[in-house]
Amino acid sequence: MTEKSRFRDAELARRIAEKIGQATQNERAVRICHVCGTHEYTITHFGIRSLLPSNVEVIAGPGCPVCIVPASEVDEAVELARKGIVVTCFGDVLRVPGSEMSLLDAKAQGADIRIVYSLTDVIKMAKAEKTKEFVFFAVGFETTSPSTALEIANEPPENLSFLVSHRLIPPAMKLLAETEDLSLDGFIAPGHVSTITGLKPYEVFPRKYKIPTVVAGFEPLDILMSVYMIIKQQKKRMPQLENEYIRVVHWEGNIKAQELMTSVFDVVDSNWRGLGTIPSSRFVLKGEYRAYDANLKYGVKVEHGIDIQRGCRCHLVVVGKIRPTGCPLFMKACTPENPVGACMVSSEGTCRIWARTTASQPSSTPST
Amino acid sequence: MPSHPCLVLVEMCLAIPAKIINKKENLAYVDFGEGVLREVDVSLVDAKVGDYVLVHAGYAIQVLDEQEALETLRIWSEVLQTEA
Repeated sequence: MTEKSRFRDAELARRIAEKIGQATQNERAVRICHVCGTHEYTITHFGIRSLLPSNVEVIAGPGCPVCIVPASEVDEAVELARKGIVVTCFGDVLRVPGSEMSLLDAKAQGADIRIVYSLTDVIKMAKAEKTKEFVFFAVGFETTSPSTALEIANEPPENLSFLVSHRLIPPAMKLLAETEDLSLDGFIAPGHVSTITGLKPYEVFPRKYKIPTVVAGFEPLDILMSVYMIIKQQKKRMPQLENEYIRVVHWEGNIKAQELMTSVFDVVDSNWRGLGTIPSSRFVLKGEYRAYDANLKYGVKVEHGIDIQRGCRCHLVVVGKIRPTGCPLFMKACTPENPVGACMVSSEGTCRIWARTTASQPSSTPST
Repeated sequence: MPSHPCLVLVEMCLAIPAKIINKKENLAYVDFGEGVLREVDVSLVDAKVGDYVLVHAGYAIQVLDEQEALETLRIWSEVLQTEA
């Protein structure tokens, strides 16, 4: 048996699902929430929900960093691009709707907008094309924020600045924990965010909110085992914080990355598309790095944008209040080819994941 | 293709395990399993040649622990045997 298949063993999955079924038989319904687009991908792609008993529900929270970028920040990027600045970003960010247009639309109109796989590509470009001004539209949660902090601390080229749109996941989890009509019984905490943050930011969930919380890996067995661990905590009425993803996540996280982020970023309240203002949820550059702050450098700041287009239900999908199939636009007016809302744009958006899995097209699973 | 219990996971979170083949200061050349070496910045981790690292958008963010990966597999099978 290959190593990979040991983490995807169907028989083992069936047996864990059976254990979950036994543990929850005749019990009240349980609602577990994850906050990671890649967890939703695994759950949907491997049909995890069909393995779980009907009284165990797993919902998708705002785990898609591209989906929750407010339109105002996309508008800022578009404005910068229209000024002739080269705007660089990860692929998904290109099609996220702003108030009037996406970066892709701006590119079609002639703006120099470039997709990059890595910030290292942007650094190289800025050094190679010294007569041009570059901006990196830095989107992502705590998995991505350290690399931005690293490059800023390393003094990037003067013709490069940053539109820092990085956000923190635990504050969004707090919002969900405090949303009464969600009544969460468990959190599946994000796997790769946790390699950076460690487990400490999640301590508050079992302690204050009495919500069992388990950090999970990305294989189907990781998810099933994490659900089982939550159910067991539930039965013992002892909410705890546990780490299922021990092969990659350490309690303390990545200290180097944390120190870099603390030295480069301040944390502020911010608007999340679809969720409104969340306290202490966004990274901004500290004063001493203002030379790299694109908002300050070019005097571009948009306070309010149109986050949700008419008819769009992303604000409900993104907190797990409805499934994509509960949106009247899903796979009718809103498709991966013609997305209306951000949830259908990003590869980590719940709607796009559901659309790609239900569509009759070849699976995107990479080869072993 | 290198065999390692952690060489699984992660289609879209852009965090993929890779083996460090070569390293010079903060730059490493890693194998994602295709045999093609790619450049990865390892400033955020303490890793050496031969280690497997989790790579996100061109940066290594954590070192993979083979022992813990094997331990995970062991725990899973044990849980199913011992628990009623």
